[in-house]
Amino acid sequence: MSRAALALSDVACLRGGRILFRGVNLTLDAGASALLTGPNGVGKSSLLRLCAGLLPAFSGTMERHGAVALADERLTLDSELSLARALHFWARLDRSAENAVAAALEAMALTRLSDVPVRMLSTGQRKRAMLARVIASGAPIWLLDEPGNGLDSASLDLLGSAVSAHLAGGGIVVTASHQPLPLGAPVVLSLADHLPDPAEWDA
Amino acid sequence: MRMLWLLASRDLGTAWRSSGLWLPVAFLLLVASLYPFAVGPDLGLLRRTGGGMVWIAALLASLLPVDRLIAPDRDAGVLDQMALRGIGDEMVVLARLIAHWLGFGPPLMIATLPAAALLKLDGGTIWMLEAGLLIGTPALAALGLLVATLTAGLRSSGALAGLLALPLAVPLLIFGAGTLGDGSGAALKFLAAASLLLVAITPFAGGAAIRAGRE
Repeated sequence: MSRAALALSDVACLRGGRILFRGVNLTLDAGASALLTGPNGVGKSSLLRLCAGLLPAFSGTMERHGAVALADERLTLDSELSLARALHFWARLDRSAENAVAAALEAMALTRLSDVPVRMLSTGQRKRAMLARVIASGAPIWLLDEPGNGLDSASLDLLGSAVSAHLAGGGIVVTASHQPLPLGAPVVLSLADHLPDPAEWDA
Repeated sequence: MRMLWLLASRDLGTAWRSSGLWLPVAFLLLVASLYPFAVGPDLGLLRRTGGGMVWIAALLASLLPVDRLIAPDRDAGVLDQMALRGIGDEMVVLARLIAHWLGFGPPLMIATLPAAALLKLDGGTIWMLEAGLLIGTPALAALGLLVATLTAGLRSSGALAGLLALPLAVPLLIFGAGTLGDGSGAALKFLAAASLLLVAITPFAGGAAIRAGRE
């Protein structure tokens, strides 16, 4: 695996005819993490989608080396399947190792629930299942949108150790959150500092 | 190829679990059993018009699953997750086209046999009907899928999809039902041409529609 890297330079984001943020610079090398902060609606999720390549930058450039795994507010596991089978579908698409799903379930303490249909999972379990999907993908760049929502303190510790293991293995983690998370020492990017001038709102 | 198989088998599994595969079959059989009640038990009339009736039923049956072909996966983020894995939207639509046809074409062709018995169709007509459906159902599947990708982000997309698809399906209906009374095989060739065209453009047009709808 070549070294993962993510670089944003002078990025602005336009959504619904309105500039959300502009002038965002971020350079992350293997083993680095970033924490996006800011009030609701400031564009944290949009920046993550932009990093994932799902949203074009209005101006500026985004460069990315390495595959990316995104955990947003949507679980994206087939609700009728058992948890393990639903995770296996994505793992097969990602060509992950044979035991990647089992290891990811283990890391999120979900092994006991692997035969339970996804629709029966609780809120916190769904969030952990989503993180297991990210872990099983084997992608070097993780984009996590509010990963701590709905997690109890034991699960937050699981998240913290999964993230630090990923960073130690040369991965990159970008997290959007407004609650403190055990994420090591991330680069903090406050999107509130990148609001456009009021005159630009109608751009 | 492996990717295509993975995507198509998931789509087929989803359709099977939502028991959507029975809907077109049940619809066709229902229409075929109601039709003789409506026009009366006149054997000659049933035999003359029954084949066309099957084509209308097949066309309408193809529109039944349209609102759950694309929209649920779009809302659940499945299409986004595929895009960020570098899977082209065209590939996603092609896999879905294969799965949609497999889940709808062959069952409809099988259901045509009891329907033909209900309508007292003769052997030659049944053969022409099955051949026409074999060639025409991929086009019906492609048309339904294309309309589903176009309307995925909209409210009341189901009704809109029907309105969009029906005018486009008129040539298929003309050529499809035309094969029954036509000994030269020309209608079958026109049907094949229309089918080929729809199947060929659907992955690209549908992929573009999904990309344009991504926000």
